[in-house]
Amino acid sequence: MEKPTPYIRADLLRRRYRAEKRFRLYGVVAIFLASAILITLLGAIAFSSIPAFTHTYIGLDFDLQAGDMTENIEDNNWHAILRKALYQQFPEVKTRRDKRMLGKLLSIGAADRLAHKFAANPSFVGQKVQVYLPASDDFDLFIKGAIDRTLPESDRLLSDKQIAWIDKLRAQARVKRQFASHVFLAGDSREPELAGIKGALIGSLLTMFVTLLFSLPIGIMAAIYLQEIAPKNRFTDLIEVNINNLAAVPSIVFGLLGLAVFINFFQLPRSTPLVGGLVLALMTLPVIIIAARAALASVPPSIREAALGVGASRLQVILHHILPLALPGILTGTIIGIARAAGETAPLLMVGMLAFIVDKPANITDKATVLPAQIYIWANNPERAFESLTSAAIIILLVFLLFMNATAIGLRKRYQKRW
Amino acid sequence: MSLSLYIMTLFGLAVFSYFLGLKRIRSVVAQQVTAQQRLVPTVPTETGQAPISPTDTTETGHAPISPTDTKQHSVDHFHGLFLALYVFLPPMLLIIIWQACAPFVTNYLLETQLVTIFGTLSQGALNIQIAQVKAVYNGSLAAHMVSEQTTLGVAYYARIQQTFSIILPVIATSFAVVGFMFAYRRIALRFPARRHIEKIAIWFMIAASVIAILATLGIILSLIFETLRFFGKVPISEFLFGLHWSPQIAIREGQAGGAGAFGAIPLLVGTFMITLIAMFVAVPIGLMSAIYLSEYATQNIRDFVKPAIEILAGIPTVVYGFFAALWVAPFMRDMGAALGLTLSSESALAAGMVMGIMIIPIISSLSDDVINAVPQSLRDGAAALGATKSETVKQVILPAALPGIMSAILLAISRAIGETMIVVMAAGVAANLTANPFEAVTTVTVQIVVLLTGDQEFDSAKTLAAFALGLLLFFMTLALNILALRIVRKYSENYE
Repeated sequence: MEKPTPYIRADLLRRRYRAEKRFRLYGVVAIFLASAILITLLGAIAFSSIPAFTHTYIGLDFDLQAGDMTENIEDNNWHAILRKALYQQFPEVKTRRDKRMLGKLLSIGAADRLAHKFAANPSFVGQKVQVYLPASDDFDLFIKGAIDRTLPESDRLLSDKQIAWIDKLRAQARVKRQFASHVFLAGDSREPELAGIKGALIGSLLTMFVTLLFSLPIGIMAAIYLQEIAPKNRFTDLIEVNINNLAAVPSIVFGLLGLAVFINFFQLPRSTPLVGGLVLALMTLPVIIIAARAALASVPPSIREAALGVGASRLQVILHHILPLALPGILTGTIIGIARAAGETAPLLMVGMLAFIVDKPANITDKATVLPAQIYIWANNPERAFESLTSAAIIILLVFLLFMNATAIGLRKRYQKRW
Repeated sequence: MSLSLYIMTLFGLAVFSYFLGLKRIRSVVAQQVTAQQRLVPTVPTETGQAPISPTDTTETGHAPISPTDTKQHSVDHFHGLFLALYVFLPPMLLIIIWQACAPFVTNYLLETQLVTIFGTLSQGALNIQIAQVKAVYNGSLAAHMVSEQTTLGVAYYARIQQTFSIILPVIATSFAVVGFMFAYRRIALRFPARRHIEKIAIWFMIAASVIAILATLGIILSLIFETLRFFGKVPISEFLFGLHWSPQIAIREGQAGGAGAFGAIPLLVGTFMITLIAMFVAVPIGLMSAIYLSEYATQNIRDFVKPAIEILAGIPTVVYGFFAALWVAPFMRDMGAALGLTLSSESALAAGMVMGIMIIPIISSLSDDVINAVPQSLRDGAAALGATKSETVKQVILPAALPGIMSAILLAISRAIGETMIVVMAAGVAANLTANPFEAVTTVTVQIVVLLTGDQEFDSAKTLAAFALGLLLFFMTLALNILALRIVRKYSENYE
């Protein structure tokens, strides 16, 4: 019998199938790598943020007499009162140097905290009370296990004596870890145990407000003009080329524009949400215009023709019929654009929004910083405790962005119409 | 603050004028109706028949009045809006123009006054005086800290500001009054208020569209203007071809080590090295995951993986920078040490790899689109010839999608070149001209940030250099984007 022509050779076929399997494996590996990177990134940041949400507090006894206090409770020398209470706890500490070392176990903000506590509870005066006050960041790190007591003394942030004092406080059950409300309620500070994101969050919200105020109306108007009204000519072509080009300009160049035009030329105040918002508005504008045009284009022509047929003017057709139908799509695009702007840092560095600002901004012309810039500032701080604080700020930013994007997706799902 | 109060008042006036406009048009209509009733006696009607309206008068024997002459052109609402716009817009335009020009006018007046106070002053001393006057006026500098002459300047400056704060509302209000009178007189039965308003609305839309052009123009002009001033201090050939970058300018004259060098080549080399490393990470992972998702994956896997990649795209770059600086760079350094290599803790490798992670979703989603755009018939044809799936992908789909994929890669490169935060946080600051990815290099964007976020004095070559780098960056990304567009236009096949 004649051998069949080897069109399909078994060995070749096997090799081809192996190549097929290998290729498929590459794909699986790529997907696996991308997912693993995402999980690692989010996991590492989430894990390192956990310590920032709690802080260590030290309970100290106070027995203040009304006769010793000034009329306005906050005017007392609370630093001295605090020091006295602390030294009473450790009668064995005698030398100046040791006393100073002991004082460093408490946060610099502890005296303020104490004053507020007493001002809020005037009944504390005249009775024996135990007040919990924030510990210093080194104390806190030790409690969280970030400082190894087996290391030689010179390599540690805390000395042997300080560790002994901490052990004594713990034995007396005067040390407790509590939810660190300052992370959410305080402004920026040089001390990690006093620093919080509230100022930056307000700055971010004010900046986003300015961005939205400028980019949304201008974006919608431009989109309506280009999509519905403009004749097709050189002028509108030029506008379109410009919009597409602006969408691809690196964000830092917008920062340079803001510095040269808004600050140096128009002399708007530096480091303010006003300037930052304007820069981000220019950056967001092309995103909104492109999204709004797509949304307007998806409204079927029959609606236009019907409205024109019953005698509506061109603008009435747009404002009464097309725009309401396109609005969910426009808003989805806008939220995505704003979410991108909310995570942007580089252009804001150019207009000075990375300053160290303790006060919470109340106005768009107050000096302020934004959440991503705050993350950048903290990330550059060499102090160890800022590491977890930075991670905590990142988690808050990501939750904020996730919320915005989820709103956009929800909006799209709820109102999207298929014609 | 008083300005926003004034604008709110203006808005209130506009709302009030809206109702005045409504009242006016209604009274005009009422007059017209009574006039016609006098002209056309109402014909007694038969039972059940509607009374004949004044416009249907052809049968009454009187001269016919055409309906278009007596019918109200626009509904009341538009007349009110017309009046409100004429009250609100002219003063608002004035205020906007004024706000844009005021700093120049006040600066000019202050300068001339200071020259009369001090006699002749050098430009530098004059600028210092102006800054001091403004600082005292804003309250950021205590009044007793400056000389008596400067205090005179402050008093003058305060006087200018006060005068302007009175003059502006007066002129603006008179604009509003004139606008009101003009518009109020025009309200009439046949006045096409709606058309006027639509015209104004369309002009606003055109203005909004032009902002896109203005922004581009603003970018190019401001960058070019500052760059030209930079080239006045540093020769263009040194900037483009110089091999040394150390932008330290002497603050005092004769300071040691303050010569300053502005050769951009090391920055460009650093930028391209980091971009190249990023592409080595992003292109294989992004492309393979796009191929797998569109050709192999089941719907379930797609539903899970696609959002994950989109999350990767939505993470702010400052987060990637933190991740790179805190975990990736030390990890790479330890790995290198384990292998006997010395890696800088700000190595190009770490920054490039994290940037690659950031770029993955760009490549993956753009390639996914192009691969999905290849028609199914091509896949079916290849399958019919006996090709395996991977052979179809490699020999049919990828060649067909190649222009789109190339343009995706170019767009990704343009993103990588312009990316700032990752390199600012993870790459170096010192400009090394090296091809070794284990060493620290710096990039164009890092230098822009470094030059503009420290203590900056205006007009120094250091500050201006940032704008020259910005212009370089702008043109590089622009060229890449145009190239990407060209490739798609020229080489992509149309299968329809």
